[in-house]
Amino acid sequence: MIVDQPDQVVLPGDIIPINTDSASSEESIILGPGLRQEGENIVAVKAGILRHLEVGNRWWIESNQKRYIAAAGDSVLGTVTARLAEFYRVDIGTAHSAVLPVLAFEGATKRNRPNLVNRSLVYCRVSMANPDMEAELECVNPTTGKADGFGEMKGGHVFTCSLGLCRRLLNPETPVLKLLGDEMPFELAVGMNGRVWVNANTVKDTITVCNAIQNSEYLSAEECQSMVENLLQG
Amino acid sequence: MVKEIDPSINESQFLLSALKDGRRVDGRGVYDMRSIELTFGQDFGYVQVQLGKTRIAAKVTAEVVRPRPDKPTEGMLLFNTEISPMACPTFESGSRSEEEVLISRIIEKAMRRSRAIDTEGLCIVAGEKVWQIRVDLHFLDHDGNLVDCACIAAITALLHFRRPDVTVVGEEVTIHPVDQRNPVPLSVHHIPICITFGFFDNGEYLTVDPSYLEEQVKEGDMTITMNIHKEICALSKAGGIPLEMDQVLRCSQIALVKVTEITEQIKKALEDDKAAR
Repeated sequence: MIVDQPDQVVLPGDIIPINTDSASSEESIILGPGLRQEGENIVAVKAGILRHLEVGNRWWIESNQKRYIAAAGDSVLGTVTARLAEFYRVDIGTAHSAVLPVLAFEGATKRNRPNLVNRSLVYCRVSMANPDMEAELECVNPTTGKADGFGEMKGGHVFTCSLGLCRRLLNPETPVLKLLGDEMPFELAVGMNGRVWVNANTVKDTITVCNAIQNSEYLSAEECQSMVENLLQG
Repeated sequence: MVKEIDPSINESQFLLSALKDGRRVDGRGVYDMRSIELTFGQDFGYVQVQLGKTRIAAKVTAEVVRPRPDKPTEGMLLFNTEISPMACPTFESGSRSEEEVLISRIIEKAMRRSRAIDTEGLCIVAGEKVWQIRVDLHFLDHDGNLVDCACIAAITALLHFRRPDVTVVGEEVTIHPVDQRNPVPLSVHHIPICITFGFFDNGEYLTVDPSYLEEQVKEGDMTITMNIHKEICALSKAGGIPLEMDQVLRCSQIALVKVTEITEQIKKALEDDKAAR
């Protein structure tokens, strides 16, 4: 099936007729997630909505799934499952567990190592991800060498959700986050692997925030508002 | 097989501090069960039960077989639990894990030993032909408390099922096909329902209908199978922390309230389905 314009729903196998040989051929076309080049054609490999950004001539497919596949540069929430000599084994929800080197923390040296126990929760960045190998993580910002929010998370609660919802939560203008932020202060750490960490002042507030975010996945802005009001009353 | 990952320290500590506050992580009260949805299929005997996000499908079929030599006047009731990685990645298909054995044993005790179905009524010709009723339970989604969901699915499917009508004239047995004569419901004496409790912090706190996270964090559990006539059909407490006597009695009182509500809901759903046909 030939797809006409952006913001259209596509299925795997649909051919996207992006102009590849017009005057703008000096500009390269950047293919994002869900698109692949096969010979002369650009073909969709995921089901979702086709999106286009003029700046940089970027095309990608916005799709949703629950299973996370590691990609370099993502920030993820992981649980430490084992401590080995030079690294921690961390579960981030992928098929294989990931590896977090002991020295990949801010200010860590051979003498000064972090002390993570089994089942600790860490917010880290995927530094390397290959399809058939274990992913590698780090708890520092690679450019600055500082923690920048990465590291062990204390307290709070974690819940799982779909990857699409996580991506939407990264935008602070998301209706459900704004509505909740008007009512109570809370901290949020979003992992691109479908896990979200929430911490509020009281247990009741944390539970309210977790449930509100999980309920908001398929609701419009107005429905979100009535849902949050119901949760705050009850 | 995928090894089950223990929940993080943050999650288990938060769950316990929420229980100290009298709340549960998904917003329920301590004695609240999740909402139950019953969906019937086109054929008699198929039902899909959703307990929150836990989902189980039950299918009842009947076959004419030779009876057991030591019980020539009784029909047979078989329960088959199909656990697969579809429900949870930690389940192995075909293999009898400890959890699956426990679930199928509780279901058998609840339905068979409590004589919920009248097996004498399944006899056609004594010593030669009896009905064998087979209940297949498929676990589709695991979000905690598979036992209760499976029990509700099994008994609802048995109540919904209709077997072909049979006439016996002397030695001649005629099994009427479903389109010629209306099929006949099974004779069900009572409706046993399982209610599972989870215990935390040395028996200090209990929750009804534990979710997946609560099952991972719990220190012990107990399943009480009751019917609305206040009869306890089975009580299963396999391991876990010890309980005081008054805790067990309190659980049975809570279970009675829940069983009454669930039985009402099942009866109403069956009536609605009958009216819709």
